Amino acid sequence: MATEPDPPRKRSRQGRVVVARVSDIPENSRLIVTVRGREIGIFNVAGKLYAIGNRCPHRGGDLCKGDIIGRVYAERPGEVALDPTMKFITCPWHGWEFDIETGQSWYDPASPPPATPSPDARHFGVEVANGADLEAQLAEGQVGVVDERAQAAYVDPTTHRVRGPFQADVFPVDRDDEYVVLTLRSARATQR
Amino acid sequence: MSPTLHPLRAPSELWDGPIVDVDVHVEVPGVEVLRPYLAPVWRQYVDERGWSQPFGTFPYPRNSPASARPEWRPDDGRAPASELSLIQEHILDRGGVEHAILNCLFPIDSGPPDLSVALARAVNDWLVAEWLDADPRLRASIVLPARNDPAAVAAEIDRVGGHPGFVQALLPVRSGMLYGKRLYWPVFEAIERNDLVAGIHWGGSNEGLPPTPSGWPTRYIEEYVSEIQVFESQLINMVAEGLFQKFPALRVSMLEIGFTWVPMWLWDMDRNWKGIRREVPWISRPPFQIVRDHVRFSTAPLDADRSEELEHVLRWLGSDDMVLYASDYPHMHDDDLTVILEAMGEESRAKLMADNARAWYRLDPAETMADGD
Repeated sequence: MATEPDPPRKRSRQGRVVVARVSDIPENSRLIVTVRGREIGIFNVAGKLYAIGNRCPHRGGDLCKGDIIGRVYAERPGEVALDPTMKFITCPWHGWEFDIETGQSWYDPASPPPATPSPDARHFGVEVANGADLEAQLAEGQVGVVDERAQAAYVDPTTHRVRGPFQADVFPVDRDDEYVVLTLRSARATQR
Repeated sequence: MSPTLHPLRAPSELWDGPIVDVDVHVEVPGVEVLRPYLAPVWRQYVDERGWSQPFGTFPYPRNSPASARPEWRPDDGRAPASELSLIQEHILDRGGVEHAILNCLFPIDSGPPDLSVALARAVNDWLVAEWLDADPRLRASIVLPARNDPAAVAAEIDRVGGHPGFVQALLPVRSGMLYGKRLYWPVFEAIERNDLVAGIHWGGSNEGLPPTPSGWPTRYIEEYVSEIQVFESQLINMVAEGLFQKFPALRVSMLEIGFTWVPMWLWDMDRNWKGIRREVPWISRPPFQIVRDHVRFSTAPLDADRSEELEHVLRWLGSDDMVLYASDYPHMHDDDLTVILEAMGEESRAKLMADNARAWYRLDPAETMADGD
């Protein structure tokens, strides 16, 4: 378990940043990290990782502190059902739902897009990489690490209370561990 | 004599085309006119008890000026709007009126439920025989028995709903339970099945239901103005309960309450729906859009005095299909149609005065033209 005491703090040209160990975000938990001044929530929903900006595009609420729920749908009253495959993050301020995978707002799915920019939440790419690979990428500047002074916090999945400051001293990488790497370009851009 | 588009107090350069009047009242003058249409058992009931009319029958009190225009009140003591000749003289023969829809508010909600059913049948058969069959310009709303027996209500809709003169079923707005509730599904199912409109109309007959959730107001002016909130509650409930997803062909008219209140309530509903959509997941588009497709509003009473103000409201409605002209005969609301005709703009006036109602109530102008009036 070799931990280098003085991590390189390079910015990756690709906007890739190591933000946490995988074990820091167990299933059905979340972590809010501050990367380059921007708060981003990393979610582990049923074993899959998602990253979304901690700012609701509606009125600026702390989006990443809301409930995660499945999609409720019905063709008509009396036929209510749950689509568990689609997960929404709901803003704690006004309850707007956003697809946690795409950031797509869901309150008005049947209407054509408005002329103004779509009020989708910012979402980001997130991947898991092992320490050995990251070591080389760090050396070549292909990936950065989260600022150790970053305000990062667990959010209790039930009460949504922030559990305490994240300890940034886990960085840099441990060859034998797995890490969560955030890509600051939006996931939409990276999908293309 | 140049045709006076009565009861319009509008200069004819604003509108001299056809008129469909969607809210014309007809008054049952007394139980004696219904006797021929009552089953023998109910004739005996009425005779034995000396039963003359339901409690709470709306009598157009002489000293309540808004209840009836003075010129529409017969001098000989007959009730206003109680005979075909009165409505012909005051509405149908004044020029331009292509169709008028009769709304009879005979209050038959209380008393024994079987009497309520018998009275509803009698009134509807009386409407057919002495009004609809007597003048092709007339259409009518079905008078329904007490709402606390939805099966009986649906049965009466099915019994007479096939008559081409009936275009609507009349539901008083003060209903005791909001109309979107599932208890009423059989009623709306029957309305949809018979291709009728559900007409939500001012009033609550004699069930003793106040127009505010906090009980009875003190004065007439309060009741007159407070009624809007009952309509608002009904509209919001019908949308929220998914009535228009359950019955996708359902058409609802809100009668004798105007329309200026509609936009702000639906803005509020649209806004809040965005955050609590999952509570009403059958609503998959903004509620205001649903209302634009499924609900219409009659003009009277026209609670705006200035056309420039009304222009805003009409623009906020987001559609010129939603408002239907109504005289609300024989009431006197002092509506000045100049205000709404100016506010509508020339291109929309035909919609207001006739086209919207023709489309909504499936009226064919040729049916009355053929009679050569």
